[in-house]
Amino acid sequence: MSYTAQDNFALTPEILLVLFGCALLFASRRWVLPLLFTGLLCTGAVLWRQYAWLDQNRVADLTAFSGAFTVDRFALFFDALFLATTALVAAVSKPVLRRDFPEYTAMLLFAQCGMFLIGGGADLVTIFLGLELMSLSFYILVGFTREDRRSNEGALKFLILGAFSSGLVAYGFSLLYAIAGSTRLSAIASSLATRDPHDSLLILALATTGAGILFKIAAVPFHMWAPDAYEGAPIPVAAYLSVASTAAAMALLIRLFTGPLAPARAVWEPLLGIVALATLTLGNLAAIAQSNMKRLLGYSSISHAGYLLLGLVAGNRTGIKGISVYLLTYIFMTVGAFTIVLTLKREGASAENVSDLDGLAKSHPWNAFLMLVFLLSLAGLPPTAGFLGKYFVLQALVETGHYALAAAGTLYVIVALYYYFRMVRAMFMMQPSGAVVVESTWSVRVALAVSGALTLAIGLYPEPFLRFAESSVAR
Amino acid sequence: MTEHLLSITLFLPLAGMLLLLLIPNSQTRAIRLWSLAVSLAALAVSLVSLARFSNSASGFQMVERAPWIPTLGVQYALGIDGISLLLMLLTTVICPIAFLASWNVTQKVKAFHALFLLIETATLGVFLSLDGFLFYLFFDLVLIPMYFVIALWGGPKRLYAALKFFLYTLCGSVLMLLGLIGLYFAHIRQFGYPSFEIAELMKLTLPLATQQWIFWALFAGFAIKIPMFPFHTWLPDAHVEAPTAGSVVLAGLLLKLGTYGFLRFSLPLVPHASSDLTIVRILLTLSIIGILYGALVSLMQREWKRLIAYSSVSHMGFCTLGIFALNPIGIAGSLLQQVNHGISTALLFLLAGMMYERRGAREISAYGGVASSMPRFAFIFGVAVFSSAGLPLLNGFVGEFAILQGAFQVGRTWAAFGVVGLVLAAAYLLWLYQRTMLGPITHNENRNLPDLNARETLVLLPLVALAFAIGLYPKPLFDIVQKPVAELVERVHSK
Repeated sequence: MSYTAQDNFALTPEILLVLFGCALLFASRRWVLPLLFTGLLCTGAVLWRQYAWLDQNRVADLTAFSGAFTVDRFALFFDALFLATTALVAAVSKPVLRRDFPEYTAMLLFAQCGMFLIGGGADLVTIFLGLELMSLSFYILVGFTREDRRSNEGALKFLILGAFSSGLVAYGFSLLYAIAGSTRLSAIASSLATRDPHDSLLILALATTGAGILFKIAAVPFHMWAPDAYEGAPIPVAAYLSVASTAAAMALLIRLFTGPLAPARAVWEPLLGIVALATLTLGNLAAIAQSNMKRLLGYSSISHAGYLLLGLVAGNRTGIKGISVYLLTYIFMTVGAFTIVLTLKREGASAENVSDLDGLAKSHPWNAFLMLVFLLSLAGLPPTAGFLGKYFVLQALVETGHYALAAAGTLYVIVALYYYFRMVRAMFMMQPSGAVVVESTWSVRVALAVSGALTLAIGLYPEPFLRFAESSVAR
Repeated sequence: MTEHLLSITLFLPLAGMLLLLLIPNSQTRAIRLWSLAVSLAALAVSLVSLARFSNSASGFQMVERAPWIPTLGVQYALGIDGISLLLMLLTTVICPIAFLASWNVTQKVKAFHALFLLIETATLGVFLSLDGFLFYLFFDLVLIPMYFVIALWGGPKRLYAALKFFLYTLCGSVLMLLGLIGLYFAHIRQFGYPSFEIAELMKLTLPLATQQWIFWALFAGFAIKIPMFPFHTWLPDAHVEAPTAGSVVLAGLLLKLGTYGFLRFSLPLVPHASSDLTIVRILLTLSIIGILYGALVSLMQREWKRLIAYSSVSHMGFCTLGIFALNPIGIAGSLLQQVNHGISTALLFLLAGMMYERRGAREISAYGGVASSMPRFAFIFGVAVFSSAGLPLLNGFVGEFAILQGAFQVGRTWAAFGVVGLVLAAAYLLWLYQRTMLGPITHNENRNLPDLNARETLVLLPLVALAFAIGLYPKPLFDIVQKPVAELVERVHSK
């Protein structure tokens, strides 16, 4: 096997990310953002070239390393999501990170590189490498404010449980290898197609792999780490974890469960349905009682994971497209909401309680308005973007006859609205306490404006975005 | 220009709202005048639509279509028939009155007016949409500004009331969405292409079982909105806590979104379920319970606004009674009753608000003999009470009479219960009038209350004039709804 030009073309985005990440380690604080955005722009340009190449040659994918890595429209869609998330998160991180900002951004890029490998992985080994690269970067990012006790606690919990889950995934992958005799997804697919889905070895492989990946999206009962990690992590990292890590794990779940593991649907569909419902229930009910906004948004992101899983339970084209649309909209509203929290400061430290939002509408009407848009979108109300994601998931559930799950999914919107509106109430109905100030830099304002504009734009004129998401399903 | 009349009516308030945001906060007078002007302009445009409307044409008129989300088969489609025309006019009439009645709002004036303009666009959108998706969007959009209106300018328990209103009605509307998605898939299965358009969905032939679950899903959305017994518990809180203009718009307009939903979606799209004997009986029973329960609870109320709020439960019960009589006279009567309820309840809430501004007391016992200090107020209040109680020659009578006729054709018992409701309505309304207006003045504070000023009279007069006009000559309204109602009934009964 030799390293061909095609291999090189397929892997250029990852190579660029790593190179820029290494360069960032040596950059001074001033030059970090320009360098980082140059790197992201270059990566974006290459992704664009790859997309054009697929269209030009009228092929479904660009395979590299004799099938271990693939660049198809599905992977490119998710790569674009990761790229957008990283750009937004990096833009809002600078005010939070008083020191070691270059190292921090390098970690963002390494995590992103891991996600790219997950998105394009066509071999268990590639996927596992990506998963580990992403997770290791996240362990460091969560504990980045090392003088903060909560950050250390969150990072340690995350590390221990995360290592455990990686072990599960590795075990599951090894079982799949034992069954199929190959680590290539295509080979596993053809081997499983002829096998009895109720075979105990297969069920064990399914369960361990599934559990390991579900851990990454904090699905119940693998969610224990999430609230502490969210609370301890610097706010931009919490946003990054909530969006990018979930998106990467969902990409992997879709790739595995609607690909090689599709023949065993009869086994995993009911299990996943139960997990999704439990995730929805726990995320929504636990969020009600939270007074810390990072924890609240953490639990709410658990509930969003529940909706995403429901899309996978439906598992048809609409469902997968629904997950794509959901994640597309989820990036902007989540990063936006976390960013509003990030701008709040009390005596120089970050102010994270719901009551710290008191009177924001009076002191900063624009911030309050944007937060309202993000929260409405997170709750899934039209005419914001969040409505569309939930709409597609519900549509897919009705289409595939999962009426009870659809009804449960709709009714949890009401619960979600209840806890999101505690923040709305604080912003609009309460009097400002005066102790909380809002600090933002121009890059934070730009990120907020972009997130807000897109959250409204996708809701009001979804057509181009739906077409973009549609392309991810066209495999 | 002329082919976009409905779009202009729909987006005038929204455009007005965006421009309103440019007016500085301190220019309260300019803000008030601008909002009033915008809503009057919307009224003018809607009157042009009325002039161009043909009573004899069948189906939707002045239809506008543009692709909006083609991948989903969702269109931006507007159009009116007699039913939506009537409710559109009600909206454009009530909104300027709500603005004029809010002259005394002094807190966050700009936000208040901006939210009301948004509510006007959303309400008009519900009545004008011909696409289920668009309809749902507007149906939900109403909630957000209304939540803020109650929560920011409401009474002491406003936060609780606003959230209850929001969550309760949203719960219904998301279930309704499931019903609409059900119809959407049925359409894809039968015709092979996606569409949410009402005219397309009307082509469906569905088995009764499917129709039934879709009916109940839609029912959840509409019944909570109306509200029908036993889903009415959000209403008293929201109506009582809302500021005057909020109560007027809530009772006058937003409740009609539910009845309109029944007429536009449930009846024509799932006709077999809507005329299914069990379902009809359940709906009629719930209507009767609503009528009697609302009336009895009204009798027991000690607070002015709370009494009017419960009377709405009773009066909206008449509207659903008329609809599920499923005959032309009943449905036409129901539509008239919707308009009349809009007029008379708006009057009652406006008067209660004006009195509250003067006196600051909501309890009925704080009043008594007010007629002698405020004769003009007492006169108009009298008109409002008689209009709401359904006295002949005033608007309320015509609708209720037609509804009872319709109910009588279905079964005498239904009509008999309805008549009891009418008697009770007369009782609680006249008793309210007696306790507040008549007799000797019982509280010294009431001795020198200033009578209605010119602005307040101007707010009330158009509604009083309409009450008399409809009461004396209701024929134009019946003419407008006659054709669509006949088509609707024919559709429901053709098996």
